[in-house]
Amino acid sequence: MIRGIIVKQLTKAARLRGPGNVAGVLRAAAALAPQITIKHNYSSKAQPKLTSELYPSVKRNPNYKKLANEDIQFFQSILTENEILQANDKEDLAFYNEDWMRKYRGQSKIVLKPKSVEKISQILKYCNEQKIAVVPQGGNTGLVGGSVPVFDEVVLSVSNLNEIRNFDPVSGILKCDAGVILENADNFLAEHGYIFPLDLGAKGSCHVGGVVACNAGGLRLLRYGSLHGSVLGLEVVLPNGDILNSMHSLRKDNTGYDLKQLFIGSEGTIGIITGVSILTPPRPKAFNVSFLAVNSYEDVQKVFVKAKKELLEILSAFEFMDDKSQQLTKHHLAGVPHPFEESYPFYILIETSGSNKDHDDEKLEKFLESAMEDGLVVDGVVAQDETELRNLWQWRELIPESSQCQGGVYKYDVSLPLKHLYSLVEAANARLSEAALLGDAPKPVIQAVGYGHVGDGNLHLNVAVREYNKQVEKALEPFVYEFVSSKNGSISAEHGLGFQKKNYIGYTKNPQEIKMIKDLKTHFDPNGILNPYKYI
Amino acid sequence: MASKQLRILVPVKRVVDYQIRPRVNKAGNAIETNGVKFSINPFDDIAVEEAVRIKEKNKSLVENIHAVSIGPAKAQDILRNCLAKGADTSTLIDSKDVQLEPLAVAKVLKEIVDKQKTNLIIMGKQAIDDDCNNTGQMLAGLLNWPQATNAAKVEFVDSDTVKVTREIDGGEETISGTLPMVITTDLRLNTPRYVGLQNLMKAKKKPMEKLSLKDFSNVDVQPRLKVISMEEPKPRAPGVAVKSVDELIEKLKDVKAI
Ligand SMILES: Cc1cc2nc3c(=O)[nH]c(=O)nc-3n(C[C@H](O)[C@H](O)[C@H](O)COP(=O)(O)OP(=O)(O)OC[C@H]3O[C@@H](n4cnc5c(N)ncnc54)[C@H](O)[C@@H]3O)c2cc1C
Repeated sequence: MIRGIIVKQLTKAARLRGPGNVAGVLRAAAALAPQITIKHNYSSKAQPKLTSELYPSVKRNPNYKKLANEDIQFFQSILTENEILQANDKEDLAFYNEDWMRKYRGQSKIVLKPKSVEKISQILKYCNEQKIAVVPQGGNTGLVGGSVPVFDEVVLSVSNLNEIRNFDPVSGILKCDAGVILENADNFLAEHGYIFPLDLGAKGSCHVGGVVACNAGGLRLLRYGSLHGSVLGLEVVLPNGDILNSMHSLRKDNTGYDLKQLFIGSEGTIGIITGVSILTPPRPKAFNVSFLAVNSYEDVQKVFVKAKKELLEILSAFEFMDDKSQQLTKHHLAGVPHPFEESYPFYILIETSGSNKDHDDEKLEKFLESAMEDGLVVDGVVAQDETELRNLWQWRELIPESSQCQGGVYKYDVSLPLKHLYSLVEAANARLSEAALLGDAPKPVIQAVGYGHVGDGNLHLNVAVREYNKQVEKALEPFVYEFVSSKNGSISAEHGLGFQKKNYIGYTKNPQEIKMIKDLKTHFDPNGILNPYKYI
Repeated sequence: MASKQLRILVPVKRVVDYQIRPRVNKAGNAIETNGVKFSINPFDDIAVEEAVRIKEKNKSLVENIHAVSIGPAKAQDILRNCLAKGADTSTLIDSKDVQLEPLAVAKVLKEIVDKQKTNLIIMGKQAIDDDCNNTGQMLAGLLNWPQATNAAKVEFVDSDTVKVTREIDGGEETISGTLPMVITTDLRLNTPRYVGLQNLMKAKKKPMEKLSLKDFSNVDVQPRLKVISMEEPKPRAPGVAVKSVDELIEKLKDVKAI
């Protein structure tokens, strides 16, 4: 089946040829048409192996009921035809069974897409009684194999719950269904002069509920903080079918335990998020983006310190990328000119946003000038218009896709003290070379690249491979986790645990913490029907 | 004429950024410009790039690239970017809030051409705010120079003969002419470069002459057209998904498309 998950807008890169004269209504939009939509069709690539075959040590839990006719009849009794998808000769449900990286593949035969919270409640109540395992699914862009079944779990997609419920233009509080696509929520807010306090490369596909379930961090955490701060309330269907209505819109509320926090980052293991109430900040009027080249990782850190001090309140993103990540992206975007003709060891993308363009321009310009005079920044460009601004962002945002598209990618998303951040990439490359796994085909590994949110001490180590390969995985795991643990980092900064990191939580959390997490899981989900084989 | 030196003029306009969806103002007679992002007209950006490429390819041929903008004081931002990209000198003609029509713009530009002793004008085929697509043609007319509009490729045959490949409906047309000449740019001509930081700093030292419309008192810039109303295009009706070919045919018949 065609899998067109992320739709990217690449501008200026390849401009369409315009006809000589266009009778434009308002402007020559048709003639300019610089936005090329790349829809990636991964269907030509070999189908991923079944997770159960790739990880034979993980066994289906026999306590879960195998779906029988009576169960399907029950689902049919509460859902309409359009809310149920069943596997058949023509339809293998690959869209729901395979994850974004095409690393994991489950074997679910049924996808439920209820259009109301009450229906979700009825389904969970039934599944809980019958001990039918369920995987909650949002936009299926998660990067740790958490959003797809491992065996025959029922996929419960919230994509049909996609209405904005309410927006208060005075407080900036947005209430919406969990299945609203992040970009749609942000576009809606833009109309009202507000912005979603989180942005990430998958915004065109991922859900508001999905990012909350993962406690995603993203590109603007530096400015707007984590979802633990901005989410004000949630509506959650618990595994027994009870609907927890906690859709508050209070910024301050110290009455009892803060229940919503438990569900933020719970990755679908203790309840299905159906509604989100979130505080959104006013949308900045002026954005600037500058793409810089520096000679060393040391200099990345120096520029970061300088940017924090000198750009202060207008600094909204500080991303770094190594040269290898840009080589992969250049390969993927064949023909699109990179901001620099030459290559440099590291690149930085700085975004400022504020309320007054002149003020921001002046501040940024002073900062950039002195960074160049100090010799910290060796080359740099600034976006002169919105098209260039978006294009510069693409060189950062398309790295995940570029790492994946030649066969596959092993992704590690870790928190490390800033000074050790990049040493993990060096160590991983050294290890893969030693094991003779890295190099030209037929070696499995293309490159191990590093990039990430310096501002948050968050590194993405992406090992781009020609195919998923047990030897590569063995070389990397638990090596990466041990490395991170030895530096007192976290083995999952923002992507979560999912299937991939279930067994590695011990590298970051101590036994007492792990026990408490397990107790909570059992409290909410005694039958363990929600998202089994994952998380803990 | 091997000794001939090129003096290139590139007029640039500050317009509502291409990525911003233009909206009609409350009065319904113009595009809302309050709180909206402005940038260089993309076709003009291509014109600047082309001028700079000609200079880079053949240093001895080009004596000067002069960028000029007629617009509000803020238009100096885009001029400075032009200087950073490789223009040598520039003029800002502050027109305050006055919106000049293409003929008035052409007349003012003609004055600049005379003053600058320009012998090649490279400019956008149209500005994306009003889509007029006639300033270049009018300027060529006023100067009585040859013109090559909608250029997709510009090649120098010798120091004063230029071969231009033009975009035309359904294909290309290649023409050649001698300087002085007006060339207007189309999308395929080139991909403009980013503004480099070092160059942006250097650009601060490059000259920017500041004039106002008063300095062109001999030019009649009074509007000749009146905008009666401006409307947004009607929103397109949403699409419908059909389940079968039969249904598709039925639907098409319903709307009398077949
Ligand atoms: C190109 C790309 C860039 C990314 N960049 C970032 C980034 O910068 N920062 C970052 O933090 N993450 C990033 N991610 C990963 C990020 O975690 C996900 O994109 C997003 O958070 C998942 O949302 P989703 O709706 O697709 O959820 P899914 O992938 O469908 O689900 C993810 C997990 O949440 C659960 N879940 C989903 N919806 C619900 C719900 N309504 N109720 C309960 N549980 C639910 C699922 O069971 C699963 O465990 C990126 C991903 C991609 C593909």
